Amino acid sequence: MGATFLDRILGPRIDPADLSKNSIRYGTPGFLLLLARVLLLVSLFLPYWQMELKAPQYPDGLHMTAYVNKLEGDVAEIDGLNHYIGMKSLFEAAKLERASGVFIMIGFVIMLELAAYVHTRWSVLLVAPVILFPVIFLVDLHLWMRHFGLNLDPDAPLSNAVKPFVPTALGKGGIGQFETMATPGVGLILATVASVVLIIALYFHRRAYLPLVKQMQSSAGKAA
Amino acid sequence: MSGRKRIWNRVRPVFAVSIACAASSAAHAQSMRDVEAIAKERGLTTQDLVAAAKTYTPSGQHDDYVMFASGGHAGQVFAVGLPSMRLLRSIAVFTPESWQGWGFGVGNEILEAGFPKGKPNLWGDAHHPALSETNGDYDGQFLFINDKINARVAVIDLRDWETKQIVKNPLTVSDHGGTFVTPNTDYIIEGGQYSVPFGSEYAPISQYKEKYRGSVTLWKFDRKKGRIDKSKSFALELPPYWQDLADAGKLVSDGYMFLNSLNTEMATGGIEEKNPPFEAGASRNATDFLHIINWKKAVKVYEAGKAEMIEGFPVITLKTSIDEGLIYLTPEPRSPHGVDVTPKGDFMVVSGKLDPHVTVYSFDKIKKAIASGSYSGKDDFGLPILDFDSVVEAQVEVGLGPLHTQFGPDGYAYTSLFLDSAIARWTLGGSYGSSTPEPDWTLVQKTPVHYNVGHISAAEGDTVSPDGKYLVSLNKWSVDRFLTTGPLLPQNLQLLDISHQGTNMPVIYDMPMGVGEPHYAQIIKADKLNPWKIYPEVGWDTVEQNIDPMAPKSKMERVQRNDDGTVDVYMTAIRSHFNPEHVKVKQGDHVRWHITNIERAFDATHGFAVPVYNITASLEAGETETIEFDADIPGTFPFYCSEFCSALHLEMMGYLLVEPE
Repeated sequence: MGATFLDRILGPRIDPADLSKNSIRYGTPGFLLLLARVLLLVSLFLPYWQMELKAPQYPDGLHMTAYVNKLEGDVAEIDGLNHYIGMKSLFEAAKLERASGVFIMIGFVIMLELAAYVHTRWSVLLVAPVILFPVIFLVDLHLWMRHFGLNLDPDAPLSNAVKPFVPTALGKGGIGQFETMATPGVGLILATVASVVLIIALYFHRRAYLPLVKQMQSSAGKAA
Repeated sequence: MSGRKRIWNRVRPVFAVSIACAASSAAHAQSMRDVEAIAKERGLTTQDLVAAAKTYTPSGQHDDYVMFASGGHAGQVFAVGLPSMRLLRSIAVFTPESWQGWGFGVGNEILEAGFPKGKPNLWGDAHHPALSETNGDYDGQFLFINDKINARVAVIDLRDWETKQIVKNPLTVSDHGGTFVTPNTDYIIEGGQYSVPFGSEYAPISQYKEKYRGSVTLWKFDRKKGRIDKSKSFALELPPYWQDLADAGKLVSDGYMFLNSLNTEMATGGIEEKNPPFEAGASRNATDFLHIINWKKAVKVYEAGKAEMIEGFPVITLKTSIDEGLIYLTPEPRSPHGVDVTPKGDFMVVSGKLDPHVTVYSFDKIKKAIASGSYSGKDDFGLPILDFDSVVEAQVEVGLGPLHTQFGPDGYAYTSLFLDSAIARWTLGGSYGSSTPEPDWTLVQKTPVHYNVGHISAAEGDTVSPDGKYLVSLNKWSVDRFLTTGPLLPQNLQLLDISHQGTNMPVIYDMPMGVGEPHYAQIIKADKLNPWKIYPEVGWDTVEQNIDPMAPKSKMERVQRNDDGTVDVYMTAIRSHFNPEHVKVKQGDHVRWHITNIERAFDATHGFAVPVYNITASLEAGETETIEFDADIPGTFPFYCSEFCSALHLEMMGYLLVEPE
């Protein structure tokens, strides 16, 4: 009998003697995956994105902060102003994402945990979504803002002055008398660092296990 | 090489400065030359420019001090920033005020609690504001003020700068010796003014000496509740002299208070019957009496149950005061106005209006005189009189018509001179003497003011640690200082710079006050004040300073008709709508209109104004008010937001529809 399907996915196991001899080679990818997990978990508690809105009558500005699971700051005040241009309440945006954010992150942590045990190239499948997460976050944010900005109530009081628009998800923007500045939060930066760490982790992962995989394949070939 | 370097070193700073000047003048296209040109054009002297530089406060820059000035006949308090002398706001107290909705929907029950004998009195003669103190220093928590015409005391909470309580004195009908606080604001002192039979009951003036009485009331202040606790307050019966200003002792004299008096002659006037008028009769004697009262001992006497109930209020009678040794008198120059305790509590400065001296009493000597038990006599009511010479420390000739004294941090005292129209700076002696270059108890400088100065207020100038820096002269007349505004002219509040020693004490700003006579004012360092920017929670009851459980909230708005025929309106206000917008009631309904401003933004105030029904309210962010009225007039009444709150402010309205019976 050849290796089971699961064995083929998980790939070769390491000989304990080999492990103790090459602890750095095998330990490096494991450590990097652990570091990425820690970075992601910490980022859960930190803001991912923030926007400051400045206008003459708000000398201290209005502030809005997005976390993976919540929206904080002067959201009610911003909503109150948005009703003049016919924008829907921001609390209606990304409801599913905010509700599932924490679970998705825990899912990511589990996937990274599993990736440490998968010694074949299949590990990429577990790690790639986590690498892409910061980009997915920003794209999702952009799509929601675009959706809100383009779907203004045509009967709103200021519909003459403010036409549908796409708010800027990162960087400087403007709407009415407001200047907006959207910046990534520490959480998103940590998640991005985690992505870089994961790419490096994948490199060391492959470097550590590729010889073993090749060895397994050749021995499997011989056996056949 | 070294030569060239030397030259460069010498030129470099010059070069740098000229570049900096060029840069700054290019940026603003202004220089000191422009200032000179403007000064020439407007006829301003260098002194004027210096005064402007000391007081001008650019947009967005905040003042260092806040002066709470009595609003006089306006029955209010005015907050003025120093050194800019800009009016920051008024605080409605004894008088309805429509901007704040005071008496038109806001604070009605507070005003009603102060109605004398239940009769609506909708004005006040606000006189002497007093900031709450901790250890003799302003703590920025509360402000108190008296109403002379009806002997009332108001409590203002400095978290939201709103009046929270007005108490009517049950004994006297007019007051002047208030408000003054004891060093930890345990009690608020309110001395009476014109003697009347207690409770302002009727008694012919021929029975003046027998039936008319003076009084001083000690209102117990409950700091936690932010209210005067009437059940723990009491008064002392005093002879029917007209007690005037008062001050509480501090530090070494803590536990004592001092009251001036006039008309110790007990003149009863009657010019129409060829009697001497009050002005002559009440100033016949060369001296009146300074009242020295051991209030801490009086509290013990009151707590021991030795007070009598008069007009439903505990009063320590003159007899008890004499038996217990609570009150002592000592002569003071006639018709005095202020009695002011020095920062260390060791001297009491009295100004007899008609005497060119300030008379300084030593608390140490007063204590010794009381302890020795040898009095120079007794007054008609049996109160012991301390010998003048045995208690006086010094008399300083300061000028004509001395009234009130304030203190600096550096051993200087300042006294207003009504007749001279000047502010006198003079030196204290004793332990203060070493901090001034001039000899003790000497006049240093008289700065003219314009005109007829009454009270003065120095920055924290009646506390245990005066700040100096600024002094405001509260002048009664302005005559030619401003454009003529008809025959009724504004008062003139003049700012003096007192930060330098010696004779340098110039007037640096004139502020017209065209809304009433600010008698006294107190000046507090702005950073001691910590007002709320918005009410802490939405649905805030500003009287209880807590969340109103009945407050209308978002999504719970409704008009509710009750079984007893009353109607409760639960309304919210937010830019730019009221909810509900249609309020339908029937003629004769009793309406309780609850309204919450559910805003959370700084300065997002809404007004709520209803025509015909005489209703207006100012609703600050988070505030809830309940306005009650009988819908007795049928009709269609558009109500609206009376603060320009937003671009759609005009649309922020609704209809009250009162269906006829």
